[in-house]
Amino acid sequence: MSRARRALIVATAIWLAWAGYAIFIVAPMERTMRELQRIFYIHAASGLAGLIAFFGSFLASVGYLASRQERWDWLAVALAEAGEVFCTVVLVTGPIWARPVWGIWWTWDARLTLTFVLWLLYAGYLMLRRLSEDPSRRAMLAAVFNVFAFVDVPLVYFSIRWWRTQHPGPVIAGGPGSGLDPRMWHVFLIVWTGLLLLLLVFVQQRYRVAALEAVLEEEECAAPQERALTKQGS
Amino acid sequence: MLRRAWVVFAKELRVEFRTHELTLTTGFFVLLVAGMFSFAFEPTSTEARALVPGLLWLAFLFAASLMLQFSFLREQIDDTLSALRLAAGDPFAILLGKAAASGAFLFGIELVFLPVFAVFYNLPLHLLSGALLGMLLAATAGLSLVGSAFSALVARSRMRELLLPLLLLPLLSPVLIAGVEATAEMFDTGSADARWWGIVGAFDVTYLAAAWLLADFLIQE
Repeated sequence: MSRARRALIVATAIWLAWAGYAIFIVAPMERTMRELQRIFYIHAASGLAGLIAFFGSFLASVGYLASRQERWDWLAVALAEAGEVFCTVVLVTGPIWARPVWGIWWTWDARLTLTFVLWLLYAGYLMLRRLSEDPSRRAMLAAVFNVFAFVDVPLVYFSIRWWRTQHPGPVIAGGPGSGLDPRMWHVFLIVWTGLLLLLLVFVQQRYRVAALEAVLEEEECAAPQERALTKQGS
Repeated sequence: MLRRAWVVFAKELRVEFRTHELTLTTGFFVLLVAGMFSFAFEPTSTEARALVPGLLWLAFLFAASLMLQFSFLREQIDDTLSALRLAAGDPFAILLGKAAASGAFLFGIELVFLPVFAVFYNLPLHLLSGALLGMLLAATAGLSLVGSAFSALVARSRMRELLLPLLLLPLLSPVLIAGVEATAEMFDTGSADARWWGIVGAFDVTYLAAAWLLADFLIQE
């Protein structure tokens, strides 16, 4: 492991520890939800990190289709997997928070449903990659699916929004009267930065694994021929 | 390009009219869902009126996701994709021809089974309006296009029979929501809100553009 990579991992670990301290000690108590509100920092920051990852994965797939360079495919799968992890965190922390506050675990409102559909779409993307039999075509097919899936997002969003809505309106960058206490903002930014660093670590590691897998697949493809050649020679 | 797509379309229709494999099995599946749903929920006729929009669309979407995989799988099994590419040339024309054929089969099945649903669930027949048929046609066009594209996508993967519905159904969620809501509104008031038409229309246009841009990548031998 190179020194830069190790430094990134150590820095991320320290930053996340600081984020944990910020969430539980620095952040002020919310008036009505009390301690419960602290899950907001993880929930919302994971959501934002996941969206960035999915969007990045879509861009990487477009990059692959435009250039046909394998490294774009490695980046796309790394970002999709990381996005799926963050999306899972959102889907797990959401009900934990909703149950005591709204009185229900789950409701089919706009943002919950959108997150769920996004999770399904990228789970499909990862399954398609895993089940694809032809490594040379896998990158291409996965990239095409990624584009098909991502252009669906605005359609899903509007169909669900007109269908029903319960999620609190935008708290961050919403209209007048909305907004976070500046101290909460501060904590949120610390947590979000920490999660983006974690995203960077995930993507960087997964990208390396994808690159190594590509080398392995190439060798496996070449191996039978080599074996046949040595047999002929002996 | 359209002429080439027409050639593929005509070829698909000929194949189907000789065997009736796809339409018969898919139609049977829709009938089965209509019956099984009744066993599971035993709706009274007032309940049925609330349930049928959802049931109708779910039955058609599931049937489509099962049927559409054969669009390209057949070419894969018979190893005729290269021949098709040589004959029709343009990959988008192949995709369009196949999607049009699948769409025609599906829409035909929908036309046949709408009255069956009405009978099974005691709906007044005047509810099956032209607007409902228009909505079904618009949705079927889009989902056939995406489904055919995905059929090419999964043709060479393991577990493709399972994989296609897994990829297709989440993508179709806006169509399902818009279709069900529009149908419910049509049952209540006779017409549907323009935004549901907007969703389905936008879906069709988006994926027509995406298929046109990406067909070259999808269909290679």
